[in-house]
Amino acid sequence: MVLEDNDSELLEKHNIFVTTLEKLWNWGRSHSFWPLSYGCNCCPIEMMASGANRFDIARYGYEVFRASPRQADLLLVAGPISLKMKPVVERLYAQMPEPKWVLAMGNCAISGGPFKDGYSILPGVDSILEVDVYVPGCPPRPEALFYGLLELKKKVEKL
Amino acid sequence: MLSSETYTINIGPQHPSVHGGLHVEAIMDGELVKDAIVHLGYDHRSMEKIAENRTYAQFVPYTSRLDYLASQLPTMAYCQTVEKMLHLEVPERAEYIRVIMAELSRIASHLIYVGSLANDLAGVTGLIYCLRDRERIMDMFEMTGGQRMLSSYIRIGGVADDLPDEFFPAVRSFLNDLPQMLAEYEGLITGNEILQARTKGIGILSAEDAIKYGVTGSNLRASGIAYDIRKAEPYGIYDRFDFEVPLGKTGDCWDRTEVRMQEIVQSAAIISQALILLPEGEIKAKVPRVIKPEKGTEVYHHIESSKGELGFYIVSDGGEKPYRVHVRAPSFINMMVLPLISRGYKLQDLIVNLASLDPVLGESDR
Amino acid sequence: MQDSFLDDILKDLQERFPDSLQVSQDEWLTYLLVKPESVQPLMTELKDKHGFNHLANLCAVDYNEEFEVIYHLYSIPLSHRISVKTRVPRDKAQVSSLVEIYPTADWQEREAYDLMGIIFAGHPNLIRVLLPDDFVGHPLRKDFTMKG
Repeated sequence: MVLEDNDSELLEKHNIFVTTLEKLWNWGRSHSFWPLSYGCNCCPIEMMASGANRFDIARYGYEVFRASPRQADLLLVAGPISLKMKPVVERLYAQMPEPKWVLAMGNCAISGGPFKDGYSILPGVDSILEVDVYVPGCPPRPEALFYGLLELKKKVEKL
Repeated sequence: MLSSETYTINIGPQHPSVHGGLHVEAIMDGELVKDAIVHLGYDHRSMEKIAENRTYAQFVPYTSRLDYLASQLPTMAYCQTVEKMLHLEVPERAEYIRVIMAELSRIASHLIYVGSLANDLAGVTGLIYCLRDRERIMDMFEMTGGQRMLSSYIRIGGVADDLPDEFFPAVRSFLNDLPQMLAEYEGLITGNEILQARTKGIGILSAEDAIKYGVTGSNLRASGIAYDIRKAEPYGIYDRFDFEVPLGKTGDCWDRTEVRMQEIVQSAAIISQALILLPEGEIKAKVPRVIKPEKGTEVYHHIESSKGELGFYIVSDGGEKPYRVHVRAPSFINMMVLPLISRGYKLQDLIVNLASLDPVLGESDR
Repeated sequence: MQDSFLDDILKDLQERFPDSLQVSQDEWLTYLLVKPESVQPLMTELKDKHGFNHLANLCAVDYNEEFEVIYHLYSIPLSHRISVKTRVPRDKAQVSSLVEIYPTADWQEREAYDLMGIIFAGHPNLIRVLLPDDFVGHPLRKDFTMKG
C-alpha cells in the first residue's frame, strides 16, 4: 500500500511518521559525520579552528573527529598529497568502512593548488579517490568548510 | 633462559599528535624506547624548485605557507633577504609595522604550542582556550592583510597597506587582556600538576648537544644558551627595543614550555613599545617594477622565528627569477634531536618530547 | 668589530692552507673558497681553534659544469660569522662529510644528497630524507624538468 501525500500529512498531524529505513539511516548519517583526523600542512589548522569554540563544528554534529579510520566515515582531505603520502591515503580510505565520503578541502587537495607545477604533489586527490564535495580556498575559511559539509549533508540525505 | 627482543611501533604518518605528516618508528624494549627513527617528507611540496619558476614578488605568498602558524615571520625573512640583495631601505613606519606583525605571529605560534601540548596530553580543553585567544590575532591579520592565517601583508619594500583605524583598539585590548589569558593558562594548563609531572625531567637536552646538533630558538634557550638573533645580530629595527631573553636551566620539556610562555610576555612588551614609537610616513619603499638583483649576488639572511633560526639563502643570476632559493628550516634541524632525547624514556614521553620541540611540518619538509 | 678578529683568522688560515684557500668578501660576509679535500681540515680548524661552533646552514647550488657546496658558520657566544665554499665537478660530485665535526650536518647533508645528488663520503646514513626511496633523479638539479 502506497501512501499519498495528504495521507502522510494527516498522519504527521498525529505525530506518526512513515518512512523507509534507508531514509532514516541517511538522516542519521548526514547529521553526524565522523571525520577522520587527517591533514597535512596549512588546511588542517583551519579545520582545527573550525572545531574550536568560535566557529564550532559541533553545532552541526560533526565534532567527533576519530583518530582511527575504522571508526570514521568522512575523509576530509585537507592539504596537498605528496608522493610519500599517496599510499597512506589510499590505505586509510581502504580501511574506512562503508558508507564513506570524501571531501577535498583546499586548493591543494582539489588540483595541487599553488604547488601544481612541483614534482612532489599529486594533481588533486581525485586522481586517486572519488570526491563528493570540493571546498576551494587557500585555506578555505571555516565558514566555507561548513558550507561544503552542508552540501555533503544534502547529498547524503538524497541517497 | 628467557631472552627479550625489541619490537617496532609506528607512530604516524596519520596520527592526531604528530603535528602534520610525520612518521616516527619507535624501537621498543618493553616499555622503554631504545631508538626512534624519524621519517620526513610526507609534507614535501617542492618549494625550493618552485621558487626558481616564480619571480621574486610572486614567491612572497609561498613563504607564509612555510611556517603557517607564525605566518608573517617567514615572509619578513624572505622580504628582508631580497631587500638586502637590492640594497633597499625600508621606510621607518613600515619597519615598526613589521615588528608588530612579527611579534603577533610569534604570540600566535606560542599559543598553538601550549594548546597542542595540552591536546597531546589529552587535555583538549586547553587547546580550545588557546584557539579562542588566537582568533583575536587572526582578526587583526584579516583587518590588515585581508586573510586570516596566511596574509601576505609584508611585502618586498615594506608592507602592503597602512594600518586601518580599527586595528589600534583591537591590538590594545588584546595586550590588555593578555595577562588575564596567561593567568588562565597557568591555572588550566601549565599549573596543572599532571602536565608538570609529565614534562619535568623528561627529554633533557644538554647545552652542548643543543649546539652540536644545531638546535636553535626556544629549544636552545631552554638548555641555558642565551642566543637570540634579535639580540645577537639585530635585523630591521630590533636594536631599538627593550626586552629580555628568557632562559631555562635543565633543558627538559618543562623548561621549553616555560621559556615560550615568558616569550609571549616579552613579545607583548615589544608590541607596546612599537605602538608608542610608531612614526608617521610611507609604508613602502620605491621598488623597481621588475625585481632583478645584480648577477652573482648571494645573500644568507636569518631571523629569530618562533621555531628557531629561520634563514633564506638566495642566489641571483641577474634574471627576474631567483637562480637558487634555500630555506634553512629550524624545525627540520630541531627534530634531529628527537631520538637523542627520547632514548631510555617511555613511549608516552616520546610524544611529549615531539610536542615540546614544536615542529612545523610544512617548514621542515618545505 | 668583526674585521680585526677575522683578519687574524684569515692570516692564520693562509699559513695553514697556503695553496688551496681563496678569500673573497662582500658587504655582509667573508667567503673562503677551498678545494674539496681541504674542507674537513679547514672546518676542524675553524671549530676547534677559532670558536665557530654553530653550522647554521649547509646547502648546494647547481652551476651547470660544477656544484658549489656552501657552509655558513657562526660562533654562538661571540656572533662572528664566516662562510666556506667548495666546488665539485658535475660528473664526480663528492665531498667529505662533516658529521664527525658538526653532528648537525647529518640531515642537512642527506637533504643535499636527496635533492641535489651530492655524495658526502663518510656519512653514516646517506639515504633520502624528503623524497620517497624509489624516486628517480635529483629534483633541484637544473637538468631535472618538472611535469606541469
